[in-house]
Amino acid sequence: MIRYIYADQLDAFPLLKRSMFTDRADQFRTRLGWDVAVDAQGEERDEYDGMNPLYVIWERPDGRHGGSMRLLPTVGRCMVNDHFLHLTGGVRIESPLIWECTRFCLSRETGPGAAAALMLAGGEVMQAFGVAHYVGVFDARMVRIYKRIGASPEVLGSQGEGRERVSVGLWEFSAGAHARVSSSAGISAAMSRGWFEAAFGAGEVRVPVAA
Amino acid sequence: MGSAEGIPVTGGFLEQLELAERREDLQSVAEALRDRFKVDHLVYHWVSANGEQYGCGTYDPVWVERYLEKGYLRIDPVIQGCFQRFHPVDWKRLDWSSKAARAFQWDAIAHGVGNQGYSIPIRGPNGQFALFTVNHSCDDEAWAEFTALTRRDMILIAHYFNQKALELEPGRRPEPAQPLSPREIEAMTLLAVGYSRAQVAETLSISEHTLRVYIESARFKLGAMNTTHAVARALSRGLIVV
Repeated sequence: MIRYIYADQLDAFPLLKRSMFTDRADQFRTRLGWDVAVDAQGEERDEYDGMNPLYVIWERPDGRHGGSMRLLPTVGRCMVNDHFLHLTGGVRIESPLIWECTRFCLSRETGPGAAAALMLAGGEVMQAFGVAHYVGVFDARMVRIYKRIGASPEVLGSQGEGRERVSVGLWEFSAGAHARVSSSAGISAAMSRGWFEAAFGAGEVRVPVAA
Repeated sequence: MGSAEGIPVTGGFLEQLELAERREDLQSVAEALRDRFKVDHLVYHWVSANGEQYGCGTYDPVWVERYLEKGYLRIDPVIQGCFQRFHPVDWKRLDWSSKAARAFQWDAIAHGVGNQGYSIPIRGPNGQFALFTVNHSCDDEAWAEFTALTRRDMILIAHYFNQKALELEPGRRPEPAQPLSPREIEAMTLLAVGYSRAQVAETLSISEHTLRVYIESARFKLGAMNTTHAVARALSRGLIVV
């Protein structure tokens, strides 16, 4: 299932939390060879994890991390504006209607629908919270995966070669993309909606009107 | 309730907001915004990292006094549900199930607070946290329609309001306004001379999607509600010359 968890809520999900940060170490350091910080517990974190981001996490049936991405507003400090201005045409992308999506990670053992499930969840967030665009940082392999699941970003710029290649790209929400991704994920719109409402409330609890 | 679409570029509340020189001026901006949105209440509330509170808005002062006196900050599900968050929150999505929350809610309604609310949390610099709320009495259907229509306008306005409040905080230097990058200036200049979006994108050798993001970003930096307004502001500030 998809979970939506702010960093300050992660402690309630110890296995999910630990496996997310170790899977990130596995993806970004071991497999991609990026220069990321991995602690003694084998967990990868950067300073943006300390800014109470919202994690969107694909939880496997055994309660472990299957994939995740990290969302932050672009109106505060964020990775794209701090480190990748040379890939955005020098434009500081900054608006409460544009959120940043970084550290897109898939565990080695995850099922084939995980990436699509995460993109589907990204669409739920956009639709519910008035987000018009995501600006994302991702590795070269993701370009192929995004394309396969029907949610290709518009690549603004890339740096590095091979495994170390990093790109900055943009997504926006369209009903067509939502339907394509839903189909790739094998997850119905209703189920996706249900997971979102489990995290953020259903919006159907009646607030009594004063007599 | 109404949408903020079609706000005149001059003489609107954004100009009033820009001209505000004292915190007290924000009160009249809040009232003007409430009238613009045709809602019962509009409230701005900030808590700094050291717990200092500041607010303005249209709630009955008796209610504000009572809220402080009762220490409702610790019970209010809106505060609990929005603190340290950055997504907008419809009050219906919050947990009102505890006895304390229900009692708080009845007390609020008895003091003229409407049954519907939409709050936008804002994380400012140095641990500042602010909440911008519109509140109204109506049924769920009407409220859903209103929030769907005005949500993005409200999110922008909430941030502009907070920027101004930060500027006016006694003893604090405002964050320097982010200037437009050369790429944004090129885009705004071409729009100002009447190019269509497609023509601007072609001229700058970027896609229309990228252009939309550049314009969105420039609009926010210029404190504008729409593209026309952003172009007008860039011109009047001398950021672009045509």
